[in-house]
Amino acid sequence: MDLTYTEEEEDFRAGLRAWLAEVLPKLPGKPSPDDWPGRRAYDTAWQRTLYDAGYGEVHWDASPTRRLIFLEETEKAGAPYVGANFVGLLHAGPTIASEGTAEQRERWLPPMLRGDEVWCQGFSEPDAGSDLASLRTRAWRDGDDYVVSGSKIWTSHAEVADWCELLVRTTPVSADVPKHRGITWLALPMDAAGITVRPLRTLAGSAEFAEVFLDEVRVPVANRVGAENDGWRVTMVTLSFERGTAFVGEVVACRRLLGDLARAARANGRWDDPVLRRGLGRLSAEFAALWRLTQWNVSEAQRTGGVPGVGGSVFKLRYSHARQELYDTAAQVLGPGALDLDEPWTRERLSSLSYTIAAGTSQIQRNIVAERILGLPKGR
Amino acid sequence: MDFQLDEDQRALRRGLRDVLEGRFGRDALRAAVDAPRLDRELWRALGDAGFFALCLPEDAGGVGLGLPEAVLAFEEAGRVLLPGPAVATFLAAGEVAGAAEGKTVVTAVAGPFVPCLEEADVVLGDAAGAVALRSVDPLTPLHRVPERAPGGDARDLPGGEAQGPRAVLLRAAEQLGSAARTGELAVQHARQREQFGGPVGRFQAVQHLCADMLVRAELARVAVYAAAVTGDPLEAVGARLLADDAAVRNARDCLQAHGGMGFTWESDVHLHLKRAWVRAGLGGGAAEAEEALAAAL
Ligand SMILES: Cc1cc2nc3c(=O)[nH]c(=O)nc-3n(C[C@H](O)[C@H](O)[C@H](O)COP(=O)(O)OP(=O)(O)OC[C@H]3O[C@@H](n4cnc5c(N)ncnc54)[C@H](O)[C@@H]3O)c2cc1C
Repeated sequence: MDLTYTEEEEDFRAGLRAWLAEVLPKLPGKPSPDDWPGRRAYDTAWQRTLYDAGYGEVHWDASPTRRLIFLEETEKAGAPYVGANFVGLLHAGPTIASEGTAEQRERWLPPMLRGDEVWCQGFSEPDAGSDLASLRTRAWRDGDDYVVSGSKIWTSHAEVADWCELLVRTTPVSADVPKHRGITWLALPMDAAGITVRPLRTLAGSAEFAEVFLDEVRVPVANRVGAENDGWRVTMVTLSFERGTAFVGEVVACRRLLGDLARAARANGRWDDPVLRRGLGRLSAEFAALWRLTQWNVSEAQRTGGVPGVGGSVFKLRYSHARQELYDTAAQVLGPGALDLDEPWTRERLSSLSYTIAAGTSQIQRNIVAERILGLPKGR
Repeated sequence: MDFQLDEDQRALRRGLRDVLEGRFGRDALRAAVDAPRLDRELWRALGDAGFFALCLPEDAGGVGLGLPEAVLAFEEAGRVLLPGPAVATFLAAGEVAGAAEGKTVVTAVAGPFVPCLEEADVVLGDAAGAVALRSVDPLTPLHRVPERAPGGDARDLPGGEAQGPRAVLLRAAEQLGSAARTGELAVQHARQREQFGGPVGRFQAVQHLCADMLVRAELARVAVYAAAVTGDPLEAVGARLLADDAAVRNARDCLQAHGGMGFTWESDVHLHLKRAWVRAGLGGGAAEAEEALAAAL
């Protein structure tokens, strides 16, 4: 068990730190959370800056440890988050890189890495959430095109995306075709005729995600990644990637927030409350351990040379709940301010409510742990 | 960075598990429950196997390993519910003659208690005026020590190690072993026990109980291992909080998963729960640990 970094890894860290110290002061101010075009421009400009400095592909680095260091250092330095580039860099990109043809990689990956094109993820449907494989958006062949009709929901960043990684049903479910056969992965250009995007307002008041309606949208067959009806397997590649180092920066941010909460509580007198102090103490142990779990999972991935295994479910389960507890504690520190939307922690507390739902609910994560790690019989 | 057990550590763990399960398997555990007394033969056998001398330098007759290996050893001890003041004896190796060989049984005052006071050969710390109580754990006799006036650092006292970060961490490692074990017992039972025409492990309510147990044990594991690698006292305090929580709550959930069987004397579940309670009560409680962590924020 070794928690020290190699010389090469430390060099990478030092170089990154020096570079961040140089570029971050020159960044323009952050756009308002409601200004979507502004946010897109800001996020893609940052990706371009990373690209020009040789960090454009860092999320795909073969070394999970370097990815960890990158996310740790950028968060510590207060650098912009991956933002609107999330789906491209962490879902669609890795899928195309591993499952796409040479032509497809050439078409889609460079613009993604330069921050020229933004992707969104069209997986969930009104009737297919946790049970994703029951999705019903239909696609049928017409010459060199697929014609797609149906609707997607909860599509983050749909309003500003150029492309959508879309799951469609190409073969209807029948006695011979179980639901997770029959699914195909398509790259959908968001400016195609027949697409309607209707923003959905979140409980935080923002418009993070949208409904996407597809009415006989034509998608070239050349935009299919993987074989027809093989989209479920292609998708699993994407999903396992997501559960790797996805939360590194956030754990770092949560640990910083703990310090901020302690400072604020000492300043406003709430520190005198032993229940609050003890709660903060316990959360500090919790997030210290979550950081160690991240290092543990990354080390495991480094050893197996592949994507992290089911350890990601263990992490996500605990992390998403700890993060919500952290913001409940922030509310105690704020006191009356907990009801004031002008307090950033109040708004962040609202956002944290999505953590136990998005990217696989806590119940689904527990099913995964029970069945795939513990080997319990399939649930009912 | 390679935060995973290396080959030697895996081998050590396998070896220790063989020794402990061989010397103190389920039959031995139940025999000890029926006739509780400190088994000096077992103690010497552990000494012969190098258990207490794991961290002594080789030129002092030890194995010359570090805190991470010690933690693996105590995790295994926690799995089998090894009775007796193993942590105090381990930490006294090299200081108290015969401790490293398992010939001298050393106990120490830990917080408001001193375990195994009457059976131990050497007692570290101020046990004056200690009063026996009827211990909840059939395998850990307890005495209460009178509250002393505060003053001085506990670590400066003889036997202060029993309150120190290494003792805290080794007890946390025992808690981890117990938490992992009760998780396994629950899963085993859920696979075997049939109701409504199939194993109860197919019910999601039972599955989620088991999943949460694994999550608790795995979080405690990385916390304990990392604190052993860094040797940071505050990290040990944090690890202790998570490990206490994992051991106590996993034992409770394990009991629940066992149904009526879990409430019997015959089942081992209560032994895990009671020991977990005792360990969590030794050497300052959760409040103290949480305050220490908060103060450092
Ligand atoms: C902020 C946010 C962003 C998102 N972004 C995207 C995106 O960009 N693209 C995209 O495709 N999707 C996105 N999603 C959708 C997300 O993946 C789904 O919300 C999630 O998978 C749950 O599906 P659902 O909402 O239909 O809930 P349901 O599946 O309807 O679940 C309802 C309740 O039933 C429980 N439940 C369901 N099945 C089981 C089971 N088998 N066992 C036990 N309990 C069960 C769930 O845990 C939940 O409590 C986003 C969601 C959020 C909140």
